[in-house]
Amino acid sequence: MQNQTATISASLQSATTPAILTENLCRYYQMGQTLIRAVDGISLSVSGGEFVALLGSSGSGKSSVLNLIAGLDRPTSGSVVVQGRDLAQLSREEIAKYRLRTVGMVFQSFNLIPSMTIAENVELPMRFAEVERGKRDSLAREALTWVGLQARMNHRPSELSGGEQQRAALARALINRPQVLLADEPTGNLDSHTGIEIMNMVRDFNQQLGMTVVMVTHERALAERYVQRLIFMADGKLIGEEINSATAAASVAAMNEGCDAQRRMS
Amino acid sequence: MKLPDLTELALRNLRESLLRNSLTTVGISVGVASLVAMLSLGIGLQQLASRRLMKSGLFDTVVVTSRRDLRNFGRDENTPASPPGESRILDEAARQEIERLPNVSEVYPDIRFPTTLLFDDKPHLTMVAALPMSAKSNDAFESLQGQFFSSDMAHEAVVQKAFAEELLGRTAKPGVDETNVKELAPPLLGKELTMRYAERENANGEENSANSIAAGAEQSPAGAAYSVVSREVKLKIVGVADLDPESMRGPTRARVFLPLRLAESLHIMQPTDLREISRAASEQPVYSSVSARVKNPAQIRTIEDAIKKMGFNTFSILDATRSLQQFFAVLDLFLGIFGSLALAVASIGIVNTLVMAILERRREIGIMKAIGASERDVEKLFFAEAGAMGILGGIVGVALGWAIGQVINAGTNVYLKRQALPPEHFWTVPLWLVGAAILFSFLVSLAAGLYPAGRAARLDPVQALRYE
Repeated sequence: MQNQTATISASLQSATTPAILTENLCRYYQMGQTLIRAVDGISLSVSGGEFVALLGSSGSGKSSVLNLIAGLDRPTSGSVVVQGRDLAQLSREEIAKYRLRTVGMVFQSFNLIPSMTIAENVELPMRFAEVERGKRDSLAREALTWVGLQARMNHRPSELSGGEQQRAALARALINRPQVLLADEPTGNLDSHTGIEIMNMVRDFNQQLGMTVVMVTHERALAERYVQRLIFMADGKLIGEEINSATAAASVAAMNEGCDAQRRMS
Repeated sequence: MKLPDLTELALRNLRESLLRNSLTTVGISVGVASLVAMLSLGIGLQQLASRRLMKSGLFDTVVVTSRRDLRNFGRDENTPASPPGESRILDEAARQEIERLPNVSEVYPDIRFPTTLLFDDKPHLTMVAALPMSAKSNDAFESLQGQFFSSDMAHEAVVQKAFAEELLGRTAKPGVDETNVKELAPPLLGKELTMRYAERENANGEENSANSIAAGAEQSPAGAAYSVVSREVKLKIVGVADLDPESMRGPTRARVFLPLRLAESLHIMQPTDLREISRAASEQPVYSSVSARVKNPAQIRTIEDAIKKMGFNTFSILDATRSLQQFFAVLDLFLGIFGSLALAVASIGIVNTLVMAILERRREIGIMKAIGASERDVEKLFFAEAGAMGILGGIVGVALGWAIGQVINAGTNVYLKRQALPPEHFWTVPLWLVGAAILFSFLVSLAAGLYPAGRAARLDPVQALRYE
């Protein structure tokens, strides 16, 4: 229910203010004598419920942008406003809460904790959120059912295939019902077939839960198949933007596959 | 994060690198064990010493004297001496009054006089003292041969070992082991001892006794004058004491003891009586000093103060034991410091283990932060791991320390037994020490976790997640 109201308020907000707004965002690193401008004046706006891809070669600064939006990193200058909240105004403790509740993250290398079972990995964010054990168990089970891993709950990540691990990571990212999903090369370590499986799932979350998705990738073909907007980066700067021409076709495909997903879930 | 979750995660993490964490925990437990061992030795020795003192009967005794007494025990010299005429007389009424004070179990007069005893018609000069029946529990009579007085009025005597040797004409040769009291007792027990003494008789009584001396004859008030009559009484030797019950009295210590009531009934003239010639006579007995026995040694100071308020001088061995307590406080401190050293070394082990764990779990910390763990959560997790190692190490350490103590105690008792000495329990692990040791180990571990936890909490998640 909380999720529903959150989704409603997010979609209401999306009409007026964007879900993610960065203004002249900069992130510089000092490496010895040289100053590395990883992110150099990015102004970006993503509306609520939108699915966008950040594209660029490696070292273009796309992951750095994602980390700044996720609140994992602090900008050298400029601002990030997510769901109407300016991250620069938040304390360390509040940033942690923001990461816990507002954004969910998935990574190229899955980043599951190897010593924990899949179920424990998925419920870990709820431990930080101080959710009661009983509720935690049922929510984790529910999330794992969504991604089709209910049978693998008590396995350790090393016993799972890459695709299964990424599905578990998705379940973990969604467990606290965030409004924004940030995906850093989610299919980078997967074969193309499994990659499509994961991407379908991400699209389902975008379309069915109204989640805003920002995905970092360098596979243009994959992005074109799913996202509504492609944003191109090079040397820490925005170099171009494209509204996906294949959106209509993708939507039809999404509709069909969405039904598949729904059938799977029920 | 809530405490149960924190504990669960911490224990899980400890299990993950079982060997390293076990070794660290063993390090802590050795530290705690050494601390517990050192402190329980200190406490045990202290208890042994005070148990001995308690049994000696001197620890719970307050000696009360009249302020007229010039002897004054060298104490309280600062208190203004009241003029002899005004100060209180230590008579029977005063004795009863002291006995009525709370926590006083009994008050008895000190009767002590040098005299001659005849044994086998040979005279022996020694100091004689009267003992109340309660003195039976005195530590010095623990290895008494024969028995203690059968009653408070019995014509019986207990002799000290050295006097027994004298009676039998044996003298301990230097360098040779002391004579065993068991050999001395049989030829003496049941034998008769004739004690010569001077009886103090009221002057109003017969004055025609041949060897009576009239004292204070010029003073007319009745009872102010008395005569001293030479008497003899036969005593049966019922016991031989191994140890010296009055070892602390120094040169005035007695070697022959007789029941208190009997001694009182004999009206024996005591050396101190000479000083009381001028004292106004009263119908009741007047004492130069009485001993008050206290139920609980902890109350001794209060009772001393109460008696002082009544107008008497007091002295207790407590004053002497104060320096003993001080000694043990210092001993405990040093033993504690040595014990803590091992724990300090162990705490460095905790720091090392946790810093290593941070390096190893860099990525895990990054993941936790990325999915919403606050710095405080990470910090608390490392604290919990340090604390868990501390508590586990503390528990194992206390058990280990206790076991070490038992082994040493048993070993020492085997040695004591071989030396024909009674076994002693000088190793005590009180409950508070168990709790305090575990708590201390926990706190030290938390302190050791301070730096690693802070470092883990401040870890940059972007850096931590960047590399495999």
